[in-house]
Amino acid sequence: MSTPIALTYVGFFVMAAVALAGGFIAVGARNILRAAIGLILALVGVAGIYFVLEAEFVAVVQILIYVGAISILILFAVMLTRGLMKRDLPAQNAQWIAAVFISLLLFAALLYVAISTNWRAVETKVAGDLIPKIGTELMTTYLLPFEAVSLLLLAALVGAIVIARE
Amino acid sequence: MDFINNIFTNSYEWIVYWIHSLLAGLNLAKDFENALVAAIMVFLVIIVILLWMVLMVLILIWLERKNAARIQDRVGPNRVGPWGLLQPVADTLKMFIKEDIVPENADRFVHTIAPMIVMMPAVLMFAVIPWGKGMFPVDLNIGILWIVAVASIGTIGVFLGGYGSNNKYSLLGGMRAVAQMVSYEIPQVLTIVPIVLMVGSMSLVKINEAQSGWAGMQWFVFAIPVGPIAFVIYYLSALAEVGRTPFDLPEGESEIVAGYMTEYSGMKWALFYLAEYFNFFIVCTIAATLFLGGWNGPILPGYVWFIGKVYALVLLGMWIRMTWPRFRVDQLMNFAWKVLVPIALVNIVLAGLALPLLKYFGFSV
Repeated sequence: MSTPIALTYVGFFVMAAVALAGGFIAVGARNILRAAIGLILALVGVAGIYFVLEAEFVAVVQILIYVGAISILILFAVMLTRGLMKRDLPAQNAQWIAAVFISLLLFAALLYVAISTNWRAVETKVAGDLIPKIGTELMTTYLLPFEAVSLLLLAALVGAIVIARE
Repeated sequence: MDFINNIFTNSYEWIVYWIHSLLAGLNLAKDFENALVAAIMVFLVIIVILLWMVLMVLILIWLERKNAARIQDRVGPNRVGPWGLLQPVADTLKMFIKEDIVPENADRFVHTIAPMIVMMPAVLMFAVIPWGKGMFPVDLNIGILWIVAVASIGTIGVFLGGYGSNNKYSLLGGMRAVAQMVSYEIPQVLTIVPIVLMVGSMSLVKINEAQSGWAGMQWFVFAIPVGPIAFVIYYLSALAEVGRTPFDLPEGESEIVAGYMTEYSGMKWALFYLAEYFNFFIVCTIAATLFLGGWNGPILPGYVWFIGKVYALVLLGMWIRMTWPRFRVDQLMNFAWKVLVPIALVNIVLAGLALPLLKYFGFSV
Protein backbone atom coordinates (compact mmCIF):
# COMPACT_ATOMS: atom_id res chain seq x y z
CA MET A 1 0.00 0.00 0.00
CA SER A 2 1.51 3.34 -1.00
CA THR A 3 1.75 6.15 1.51
CA PRO A 4 -0.92 8.49 0.09
CA ILE A 5 -3.49 5.68 0.07
CA ALA A 6 -2.54 4.72 3.62
CA LEU A 7 -3.03 8.35 4.66
CA THR A 8 -6.43 8.32 2.99
CA TYR A 9 -7.39 5.31 5.11
CA VAL A 10 -6.21 7.06 8.28
CA GLY A 11 -8.21 10.16 7.36
CA PHE A 12 -11.29 8.08 6.64
CA PHE A 13 -11.18 6.26 9.97
CA VAL A 14 -10.54 9.44 11.95
CA MET A 15 -13.50 11.17 10.28
CA ALA A 16 -15.70 8.10 10.64
CA ALA A 17 -14.83 8.02 14.35
CA VAL A 18 -15.79 11.69 14.67
CA ALA A 19 -19.11 11.07 12.91
CA LEU A 20 -19.88 8.02 15.05
CA ALA A 21 -18.96 9.81 18.29
CA GLY A 22 -21.24 12.66 17.29
CA GLY A 23 -24.01 10.20 16.52
CA PHE A 24 -23.67 8.55 19.93
CA ILE A 25 -23.82 11.93 21.68
CA ALA A 26 -26.87 12.90 19.60
CA VAL A 27 -28.72 9.74 20.64
CA GLY A 28 -27.43 9.33 24.17
CA ALA A 29 -27.30 12.87 25.58
CA ARG A 30 -29.96 13.59 28.20
CA ASN A 31 -30.00 17.31 27.49
CA ILE A 32 -31.57 18.05 24.10
CA LEU A 33 -29.21 20.92 23.36
CA ARG A 34 -26.19 18.69 23.86
CA ALA A 35 -27.83 16.14 21.58
CA ALA A 36 -28.02 18.89 18.96
CA ILE A 37 -24.30 19.60 19.43
CA GLY A 38 -23.60 15.89 18.94
CA LEU A 39 -25.61 15.97 15.72
CA ILE A 40 -23.52 18.89 14.47
CA LEU A 41 -20.34 16.94 15.26
CA ALA A 42 -21.68 13.94 13.33
CA LEU A 43 -22.48 16.14 10.32
CA VAL A 44 -18.99 17.66 10.41
CA GLY A 45 -17.54 14.14 10.50
CA VAL A 46 -19.52 13.17 7.40
CA ALA A 47 -18.27 16.32 5.64
CA GLY A 48 -14.75 15.25 6.59
CA ILE A 49 -15.32 11.85 4.96
CA TYR A 50 -16.38 13.61 1.76
CA PHE A 51 -13.18 15.64 1.91
CA VAL A 52 -11.09 12.49 2.30
CA LEU A 53 -12.87 11.07 -0.76
CA GLU A 54 -11.91 14.26 -2.67
CA ALA A 55 -15.55 15.24 -3.16
CA GLU A 56 -14.84 18.81 -2.03
CA PHE A 57 -18.01 20.28 -3.47
CA VAL A 58 -20.24 17.79 -1.66
CA ALA A 59 -18.25 18.31 1.54
CA VAL A 60 -18.60 22.07 1.48
CA VAL A 61 -22.27 21.87 0.59
CA GLN A 62 -22.70 19.46 3.50
CA ILE A 63 -21.14 22.02 5.85
CA LEU A 64 -23.06 24.92 4.31
CA ILE A 65 -26.48 23.30 4.43
CA TYR A 66 -26.37 20.85 7.33
CA VAL A 67 -23.94 22.50 9.74
CA GLY A 68 -24.66 26.11 8.79
CA ALA A 69 -28.40 26.03 8.16
CA ILE A 70 -30.18 22.89 9.40
CA SER A 71 -28.42 22.77 12.76
CA ILE A 72 -29.13 26.46 13.32
CA LEU A 73 -32.75 25.69 12.53
CA ILE A 74 -32.71 22.87 15.09
CA LEU A 75 -31.13 25.14 17.71
CA PHE A 76 -33.77 27.79 16.97
CA ALA A 77 -36.55 25.23 17.26
CA VAL A 78 -35.20 24.08 20.63
CA MET A 79 -34.88 27.68 21.72
CA LEU A 80 -38.43 28.63 20.75
CA THR A 81 -40.27 25.56 21.96
CA ARG A 82 -38.64 24.65 25.28
CA GLY A 83 -38.04 26.46 28.50
CA LEU A 84 -34.45 27.08 27.62
CA MET A 85 -33.42 28.60 30.93
CA LYS A 86 -34.37 25.51 32.91
CA ARG A 87 -31.49 23.33 33.98
CA ASP A 88 -32.62 20.11 32.31
CA LEU A 89 -33.91 20.01 28.79
CA PRO A 90 -35.16 16.43 28.46
CA ALA A 91 -34.44 14.81 25.13
CA GLN A 92 -37.45 12.47 25.33
CA ASN A 93 -41.20 12.78 25.37
CA ALA A 94 -44.10 10.37 25.75
CA GLN A 95 -43.76 9.00 22.23
CA TRP A 96 -40.31 7.50 22.62
CA ILE A 97 -41.52 3.91 22.06
CA ALA A 98 -42.95 4.81 18.65
CA ALA A 99 -39.74 6.71 17.88
CA VAL A 100 -37.60 3.65 18.68
CA PHE A 101 -39.80 1.49 16.44
CA ILE A 102 -39.63 3.88 13.49
CA SER A 103 -35.88 4.36 13.92
CA LEU A 104 -35.32 0.59 13.84
CA LEU A 105 -37.48 0.33 10.73
CA LEU A 106 -35.48 3.08 9.03
CA PHE A 107 -32.20 1.47 10.10
CA ALA A 108 -33.32 -1.87 8.64
CA ALA A 109 -34.33 -0.23 5.37
CA LEU A 110 -31.01 1.63 5.05
CA LEU A 111 -29.07 -1.50 5.93
CA TYR A 112 -30.95 -3.47 3.29
CA VAL A 113 -30.22 -0.82 0.66
CA ALA A 114 -26.55 -0.60 1.65
CA ILE A 115 -26.06 -4.36 1.44
CA SER A 116 -28.15 -5.12 -1.62
CA THR A 117 -26.84 -2.29 -3.79
CA ASN A 118 -24.09 -3.13 -6.21
CA TRP A 119 -21.68 -0.26 -5.39
CA ARG A 120 -19.64 0.75 -8.39
CA ALA A 121 -16.15 2.06 -7.73
CA VAL A 122 -14.85 4.69 -10.14
CA GLU A 123 -11.35 3.64 -11.09
CA THR A 124 -10.03 6.99 -12.32
CA LYS A 125 -10.57 10.42 -10.93
CA VAL A 126 -12.68 12.69 -13.12
CA ALA A 127 -10.27 15.24 -14.54
CA GLY A 128 -10.56 19.00 -14.31
CA ASP A 129 -12.78 21.41 -12.42
CA LEU A 130 -15.94 19.58 -11.41
CA ILE A 131 -18.14 22.57 -10.59
CA PRO A 132 -18.87 23.65 -14.20
CA LYS A 133 -19.71 20.02 -14.97
CA ILE A 134 -22.11 19.82 -12.02
CA GLY A 135 -23.71 23.08 -13.17
CA THR A 136 -24.07 21.89 -16.76
CA GLU A 137 -25.57 18.59 -15.65
CA LEU A 138 -28.07 20.39 -13.42
CA MET A 139 -29.13 22.60 -16.32
CA THR A 140 -29.39 19.81 -18.91
CA THR A 141 -29.75 16.18 -17.78
CA TYR A 142 -31.31 16.89 -14.38
CA LEU A 143 -33.27 20.00 -15.30
CA LEU A 144 -36.68 18.62 -14.32
CA PRO A 145 -35.72 17.36 -10.83
CA PHE A 146 -33.80 20.59 -10.29
CA GLU A 147 -36.81 22.73 -11.16
CA ALA A 148 -39.11 20.54 -9.09
CA VAL A 149 -36.86 20.99 -6.03
CA SER A 150 -36.71 24.75 -6.63
CA LEU A 151 -40.51 24.91 -6.79
CA LEU A 152 -40.79 22.91 -3.57
CA LEU A 153 -38.37 25.26 -1.81
CA LEU A 154 -40.22 28.29 -3.16
CA ALA A 155 -43.49 26.87 -1.81
CA ALA A 156 -41.84 26.32 1.58
CA LEU A 157 -40.52 29.88 1.54
CA VAL A 158 -43.91 31.39 0.72
CA GLY A 159 -45.54 29.17 3.34
CA ALA A 160 -43.05 30.32 5.98
CA ILE A 161 -43.75 33.97 5.16
CA VAL A 162 -47.53 33.40 5.35
CA ILE A 163 -47.22 31.69 8.75
CA ALA A 164 -44.91 34.41 10.04
CA ARG A 165 -47.42 37.10 9.00
CA GLU A 166 -50.25 35.66 11.08
CA MET B 1 12.54 43.17 -8.70
CA ASP B 2 11.66 39.57 -9.40
CA PHE B 3 13.56 38.59 -6.30
CA ILE B 4 11.41 40.83 -4.08
CA ASN B 5 8.21 39.73 -5.84
CA ASN B 6 8.91 36.05 -5.28
CA ILE B 7 10.70 36.19 -1.94
CA PHE B 8 8.04 34.19 -0.07
CA THR B 9 7.39 31.57 -2.74
CA ASN B 10 11.14 31.10 -3.21
CA SER B 11 11.76 30.64 0.50
CA TYR B 12 8.99 28.01 0.55
CA GLU B 13 10.76 26.11 -2.26
CA TRP B 14 14.04 26.49 -0.46
CA ILE B 15 12.66 25.03 2.80
CA VAL B 16 11.19 22.06 0.91
CA TYR B 17 14.58 21.47 -0.72
CA TRP B 18 16.33 21.77 2.63
CA ILE B 19 14.05 19.22 4.36
CA HIS B 20 14.53 16.83 1.44
CA SER B 21 18.28 17.11 1.80
CA LEU B 22 18.01 16.53 5.57
CA LEU B 23 15.96 13.36 4.98
CA ALA B 24 18.18 12.12 2.17
CA GLY B 25 20.48 10.29 4.57
CA LEU B 26 17.62 8.17 5.98
CA ASN B 27 16.99 6.32 2.67
CA LEU B 28 13.19 6.43 2.98
CA ALA B 29 10.83 5.16 0.30
CA LYS B 30 10.24 7.90 -2.28
CA ASP B 31 6.50 8.43 -1.78
CA PHE B 32 6.82 8.16 2.01
CA GLU B 33 9.47 10.89 1.95
CA ASN B 34 7.29 13.08 -0.25
CA ALA B 35 4.29 12.62 2.04
CA LEU B 36 6.43 13.36 5.09
CA VAL B 37 7.80 16.57 3.57
CA ALA B 38 4.28 17.58 2.52
CA ALA B 39 3.04 16.98 6.08
CA ILE B 40 5.90 19.01 7.58
CA MET B 41 5.24 21.85 5.15
CA VAL B 42 1.52 21.87 5.96
CA PHE B 43 2.43 22.05 9.63
CA LEU B 44 4.86 24.93 9.02
CA VAL B 45 2.32 26.83 6.92
CA ILE B 46 -0.27 26.44 9.68
CA ILE B 47 2.18 27.85 12.24
CA VAL B 48 3.06 30.76 9.96
CA ILE B 49 -0.63 31.50 9.38
CA LEU B 50 -1.45 31.41 13.09
CA LEU B 51 1.44 33.75 13.94
CA TRP B 52 0.46 36.01 11.05
CA MET B 53 -3.14 36.12 12.27
CA VAL B 54 -2.13 37.00 15.80
CA LEU B 55 0.24 39.70 14.55
CA MET B 56 -2.51 41.17 12.34
CA VAL B 57 -4.97 41.22 15.21
CA LEU B 58 -2.52 42.93 17.54
CA ILE B 59 -1.95 45.62 14.90
CA LEU B 60 -5.70 45.86 14.30
CA ILE B 61 -6.50 46.39 17.98
CA TRP B 62 -3.83 49.06 18.31
CA LEU B 63 -5.02 50.72 15.10
CA GLU B 64 -8.63 50.68 16.25
CA ARG B 65 -7.82 52.28 19.59
CA LYS B 66 -5.59 54.92 18.02
CA ASN B 67 -8.19 55.66 15.36
CA ALA B 68 -11.04 55.87 17.83
CA ALA B 69 -8.93 58.24 19.91
CA ARG B 70 -8.11 60.41 16.91
CA ILE B 71 -11.74 60.63 15.80
CA GLN B 72 -12.91 61.42 19.36
CA ASP B 73 -10.16 64.02 19.79
CA ARG B 74 -8.15 62.01 22.33
CA VAL B 75 -4.59 60.71 22.31
CA GLY B 76 -5.23 57.00 22.80
CA PRO B 77 -2.77 54.45 24.20
CA ASN B 78 0.66 56.12 24.40
CA ARG B 79 2.40 54.69 27.46
CA VAL B 80 3.55 51.16 26.56
CA GLY B 81 6.22 51.30 23.87
CA PRO B 82 6.62 53.95 21.16
CA TRP B 83 3.20 55.45 20.22
CA GLY B 84 1.63 52.83 22.48
CA LEU B 85 2.54 50.10 20.00
CA LEU B 86 3.07 47.50 22.72
CA GLN B 87 -0.33 48.16 24.34
CA PRO B 88 -1.97 45.07 22.73
CA VAL B 89 0.90 42.90 24.00
CA ALA B 90 0.38 44.21 27.51
CA ASP B 91 -3.37 43.58 27.16
CA THR B 92 -2.71 40.01 26.05
CA LEU B 93 -0.49 39.37 29.07
CA LYS B 94 -3.22 40.77 31.28
CA MET B 95 -5.83 38.47 29.72
CA PHE B 96 -3.66 35.45 30.46
CA ILE B 97 -3.54 36.10 34.20
CA LYS B 98 -7.25 36.92 34.59
CA GLU B 99 -9.46 34.51 36.49
CA ASP B 100 -11.74 32.31 34.42
CA ILE B 101 -15.20 32.68 35.97
CA VAL B 102 -17.98 30.23 35.09
CA PRO B 103 -21.44 31.14 36.45
CA GLU B 104 -22.77 28.60 38.95
CA ASN B 105 -25.85 27.65 36.91
CA ALA B 106 -24.12 27.72 33.54
CA ASP B 107 -23.89 24.67 31.34
CA ARG B 108 -20.18 24.22 31.95
CA PHE B 109 -19.43 22.13 28.86
CA VAL B 110 -21.32 24.37 26.43
CA HIS B 111 -19.90 27.46 28.12
CA THR B 112 -16.37 26.17 27.49
CA ILE B 113 -16.65 24.99 23.88
CA ALA B 114 -18.54 28.06 22.62
CA PRO B 115 -15.47 30.36 22.32
CA MET B 116 -13.53 27.56 20.63
CA ILE B 117 -16.25 27.07 18.01
CA VAL B 118 -16.35 30.83 17.40
CA MET B 119 -12.59 30.83 16.82
CA MET B 120 -12.58 27.89 14.40
CA PRO B 121 -14.02 29.42 11.20
CA ALA B 122 -11.64 32.39 11.32
CA VAL B 123 -8.65 30.06 11.28
CA LEU B 124 -10.14 27.84 8.58
CA MET B 125 -10.91 30.79 6.32
CA PHE B 126 -7.29 31.98 6.36
CA ALA B 127 -6.39 28.75 4.54
CA VAL B 128 -7.74 29.73 1.12
CA ILE B 129 -6.78 33.41 0.92
CA PRO B 130 -4.15 34.19 -1.73
CA TRP B 131 -1.83 36.64 0.02
CA GLY B 132 0.28 37.32 -3.05
CA LYS B 133 1.15 35.80 -6.40
CA GLY B 134 1.54 32.08 -5.72
CA MET B 135 1.16 32.67 -1.95
CA PHE B 136 -1.82 30.61 -0.91
CA PRO B 137 -1.92 27.77 1.63
CA VAL B 138 -4.49 25.78 -0.41
CA ASP B 139 -6.12 26.45 -3.75
CA LEU B 140 -9.54 24.82 -3.38
CA ASN B 141 -11.55 24.89 -6.58
CA ILE B 142 -14.51 25.75 -4.39
CA GLY B 143 -12.68 28.53 -2.51
CA ILE B 144 -15.54 31.00 -2.11
CA LEU B 145 -18.04 28.33 -1.23
CA TRP B 146 -15.62 27.09 1.43
CA ILE B 147 -15.48 30.57 2.96
CA VAL B 148 -19.26 30.93 2.94
CA ALA B 149 -19.75 27.47 4.43
CA VAL B 150 -17.12 27.78 7.13
CA ALA B 151 -18.29 31.26 8.15
CA SER B 152 -21.68 29.81 9.05
CA ILE B 153 -20.10 27.61 11.75
CA GLY B 154 -19.34 30.67 13.87
CA THR B 155 -23.04 31.29 14.31
CA ILE B 156 -23.35 28.05 16.26
CA GLY B 157 -20.60 29.12 18.64
CA VAL B 158 -22.29 32.46 19.30
CA PHE B 159 -25.60 30.76 19.99
CA LEU B 160 -24.03 28.22 22.33
CA GLY B 161 -22.20 31.00 24.16
CA GLY B 162 -25.50 32.80 24.67
CA TYR B 163 -27.27 29.68 25.84
CA GLY B 164 -24.49 28.16 27.91
CA SER B 165 -24.07 31.20 30.16
CA ASN B 166 -27.57 30.83 31.60
CA ASN B 167 -28.11 34.58 31.68
CA LYS B 168 -31.00 36.44 30.10
CA TYR B 169 -28.80 39.10 28.52
CA SER B 170 -26.54 36.42 27.09
CA LEU B 171 -29.48 34.56 25.64
CA LEU B 172 -31.01 37.71 24.15
CA GLY B 173 -27.65 38.67 22.68
CA GLY B 174 -27.18 35.19 21.29
CA MET B 175 -30.61 35.19 19.66
CA ARG B 176 -30.04 38.61 18.16
CA ALA B 177 -26.62 37.56 16.90
CA VAL B 178 -27.91 34.41 15.23
CA ALA B 179 -30.83 36.20 13.57
CA GLN B 180 -28.51 38.93 12.32
CA MET B 181 -25.75 36.62 11.08
CA VAL B 182 -28.20 34.37 9.24
CA SER B 183 -29.95 37.35 7.63
CA TYR B 184 -26.82 39.14 6.44
CA GLU B 185 -25.25 35.96 5.11
CA ILE B 186 -27.80 35.96 2.29
CA PRO B 187 -26.96 39.30 0.60
CA GLN B 188 -23.29 38.50 1.14
CA VAL B 189 -23.57 35.23 -0.78
CA LEU B 190 -25.74 36.80 -3.46
CA THR B 191 -23.09 39.45 -4.21
CA ILE B 192 -20.54 36.71 -4.84
CA VAL B 193 -22.67 35.21 -7.63
CA PRO B 194 -21.88 37.94 -10.25
CA ILE B 195 -18.16 37.45 -9.61
CA VAL B 196 -18.43 33.69 -10.12
CA LEU B 197 -20.48 34.41 -13.24
CA MET B 198 -17.71 36.59 -14.65
CA VAL B 199 -14.78 34.35 -13.75
CA GLY B 200 -16.42 30.98 -14.34
CA SER B 201 -14.66 29.50 -11.32
CA MET B 202 -14.97 29.55 -7.54
CA SER B 203 -11.25 29.33 -6.86
CA LEU B 204 -9.96 32.49 -5.19
CA VAL B 205 -6.67 32.11 -7.05
CA LYS B 206 -8.49 32.05 -10.40
CA ILE B 207 -10.59 35.04 -9.37
CA ASN B 208 -7.41 36.95 -8.65
CA GLU B 209 -5.87 35.98 -11.96
CA ALA B 210 -9.00 37.12 -13.79
CA GLN B 211 -8.42 40.64 -12.46
CA SER B 212 -4.84 41.00 -13.71
CA GLY B 213 -5.65 42.89 -16.96
CA TRP B 214 -5.06 46.63 -17.55
CA ALA B 215 -1.58 46.37 -16.00
CA GLY B 216 -3.08 44.97 -12.81
CA MET B 217 -5.85 47.53 -12.45
CA GLN B 218 -8.75 45.57 -13.93
CA TRP B 219 -10.46 45.03 -10.60
CA PHE B 220 -14.04 43.81 -10.45
CA VAL B 221 -15.06 46.91 -8.56
CA PHE B 222 -14.56 48.78 -11.85
CA ALA B 223 -16.86 46.38 -13.74
CA ILE B 224 -19.64 48.97 -14.03
CA PRO B 225 -22.53 48.57 -13.27
CA VAL B 226 -22.34 45.19 -11.54
CA GLY B 227 -19.07 45.42 -9.64
CA PRO B 228 -19.54 48.58 -7.55
CA ILE B 229 -23.04 47.56 -6.42
CA ALA B 230 -21.86 44.10 -5.43
CA PHE B 231 -18.86 45.55 -3.60
CA VAL B 232 -20.90 48.01 -1.52
CA ILE B 233 -23.50 45.38 -0.60
CA TYR B 234 -20.80 42.86 0.23
CA TYR B 235 -18.94 45.28 2.44
CA LEU B 236 -22.03 46.45 4.33
CA SER B 237 -23.37 42.97 4.93
CA ALA B 238 -19.92 41.75 5.91
CA LEU B 239 -19.67 44.53 8.51
CA ALA B 240 -23.08 43.46 9.78
CA GLU B 241 -22.15 39.81 9.87
CA VAL B 242 -19.10 40.39 12.01
CA GLY B 243 -21.11 42.75 14.25
CA ARG B 244 -19.21 46.01 13.83
CA THR B 245 -20.76 49.12 15.30
CA PRO B 246 -23.62 50.32 13.19
CA PHE B 247 -24.72 46.69 13.37
CA ASP B 248 -23.47 45.67 16.82
CA LEU B 249 -26.86 44.84 18.33
CA PRO B 250 -25.79 41.40 19.56
CA GLU B 251 -23.53 43.13 22.09
CA GLY B 252 -25.13 46.54 22.37
CA GLU B 253 -23.82 47.53 25.78
CA SER B 254 -26.50 50.12 26.45
CA GLU B 255 -29.29 47.54 26.05
CA ILE B 256 -28.10 44.06 26.91
CA VAL B 257 -24.80 44.55 28.78
CA ALA B 258 -22.45 42.70 26.42
CA GLY B 259 -24.80 40.24 24.74
CA TYR B 260 -23.58 36.69 24.44
CA MET B 261 -20.21 37.64 25.97
CA THR B 262 -21.71 38.94 29.23
CA GLU B 263 -20.70 35.98 31.41
CA TYR B 264 -17.28 35.43 29.89
CA SER B 265 -13.99 36.44 31.41
CA GLY B 266 -10.28 35.77 31.05
CA MET B 267 -9.03 33.87 28.04
CA LYS B 268 -12.52 32.70 27.01
CA TRP B 269 -13.59 36.31 26.64
CA ALA B 270 -10.32 37.03 24.86
CA LEU B 271 -11.14 34.31 22.35
CA PHE B 272 -14.47 35.97 21.53
CA TYR B 273 -12.70 39.30 21.23
CA LEU B 274 -9.97 37.85 19.02
CA ALA B 275 -12.49 36.05 16.84
CA GLU B 276 -14.31 39.33 16.31
CA TYR B 277 -11.14 40.98 15.00
CA PHE B 278 -10.14 37.92 12.99
CA ASN B 279 -13.53 37.93 11.32
CA PHE B 280 -13.34 41.65 10.61
CA PHE B 281 -9.88 41.22 9.11
CA ILE B 282 -10.94 38.20 7.09
CA VAL B 283 -14.00 39.85 5.52
CA CYS B 284 -11.74 42.73 4.49
CA THR B 285 -9.30 40.29 2.87
CA ILE B 286 -12.15 38.56 1.07
CA ALA B 287 -13.57 41.87 -0.16
CA ALA B 288 -10.08 42.83 -1.37
CA THR B 289 -9.70 39.48 -3.14
CA LEU B 290 -13.10 39.47 -4.80
CA PHE B 291 -13.57 43.10 -5.75
CA LEU B 292 -10.29 45.00 -5.41
CA GLY B 293 -8.10 42.68 -7.45
CA GLY B 294 -6.35 40.88 -4.59
CA TRP B 295 -2.60 41.08 -5.18
CA ASN B 296 -2.97 42.70 -8.59
CA GLY B 297 -1.51 46.16 -9.01
CA PRO B 298 1.21 47.97 -10.93
CA ILE B 299 4.88 48.32 -9.88
CA LEU B 300 4.79 47.21 -6.21
CA PRO B 301 5.01 43.51 -5.25
CA GLY B 302 1.70 41.65 -4.99
CA TYR B 303 1.68 41.08 -1.24
CA VAL B 304 2.25 44.81 -0.59
CA TRP B 305 -0.74 45.67 -2.77
CA PHE B 306 -2.87 43.07 -1.04
CA ILE B 307 -2.05 44.17 2.50
CA GLY B 308 -2.50 47.80 1.45
CA LYS B 309 -5.99 47.14 0.09
CA VAL B 310 -6.95 45.11 3.14
CA TYR B 311 -5.85 47.86 5.49
CA ALA B 312 -7.67 50.48 3.42
CA LEU B 313 -10.88 48.49 3.95
CA VAL B 314 -10.06 47.98 7.64
CA LEU B 315 -9.62 51.72 8.13
CA LEU B 316 -12.89 52.39 6.29
CA GLY B 317 -14.63 49.97 8.66
CA MET B 318 -13.13 51.73 11.68
CA TRP B 319 -14.19 55.10 10.33
CA ILE B 320 -17.78 53.84 9.89
CA ARG B 321 -17.73 52.35 13.37
CA MET B 322 -16.65 55.58 15.01
CA THR B 323 -19.05 57.90 13.19
CA TRP B 324 -22.38 56.05 12.96
CA PRO B 325 -24.94 55.35 15.70
CA ARG B 326 -26.33 51.86 16.26
CA PHE B 327 -29.30 50.50 14.28
CA ARG B 328 -32.56 49.57 15.97
CA VAL B 329 -33.34 45.86 15.77
CA ASP B 330 -36.29 46.19 13.36
CA GLN B 331 -34.34 48.63 11.15
CA LEU B 332 -31.54 46.11 11.04
CA MET B 333 -33.75 43.30 9.77
CA ASN B 334 -35.56 45.57 7.32
CA PHE B 335 -32.26 46.78 5.95
CA ALA B 336 -31.14 43.22 5.23
CA TRP B 337 -34.36 41.79 3.83
CA LYS B 338 -35.96 44.80 2.15
CA VAL B 339 -32.92 46.70 0.88
CA LEU B 340 -29.82 44.55 0.51
CA VAL B 341 -31.38 41.26 -0.65
CA PRO B 342 -33.54 42.81 -3.43
CA ILE B 343 -30.67 44.93 -4.73
CA ALA B 344 -28.37 41.91 -4.69
CA LEU B 345 -30.95 39.85 -6.61
CA VAL B 346 -31.43 42.57 -9.21
CA ASN B 347 -27.66 42.81 -9.47
CA ILE B 348 -27.42 39.13 -10.39
CA VAL B 349 -29.93 39.61 -13.22
CA LEU B 350 -28.02 42.72 -14.29
CA ALA B 351 -24.78 40.74 -14.31
CA GLY B 352 -26.36 38.13 -16.57
CA LEU B 353 -27.58 40.82 -18.98
CA ALA B 354 -24.35 42.83 -18.93
CA LEU B 355 -22.11 39.81 -19.38
CA PRO B 356 -21.48 40.40 -23.14
CA LEU B 357 -20.57 44.02 -22.42
CA LEU B 358 -18.27 43.00 -19.56
CA LYS B 359 -16.73 40.37 -21.81
CA TYR B 360 -16.04 43.08 -24.39
CA PHE B 361 -14.09 45.07 -21.78
CA GLY B 362 -12.18 41.94 -20.80
CA PHE B 363 -13.77 41.37 -17.37
CA SER B 364 -14.98 37.92 -18.23
CA VAL B 365 -13.01 34.99 -19.58
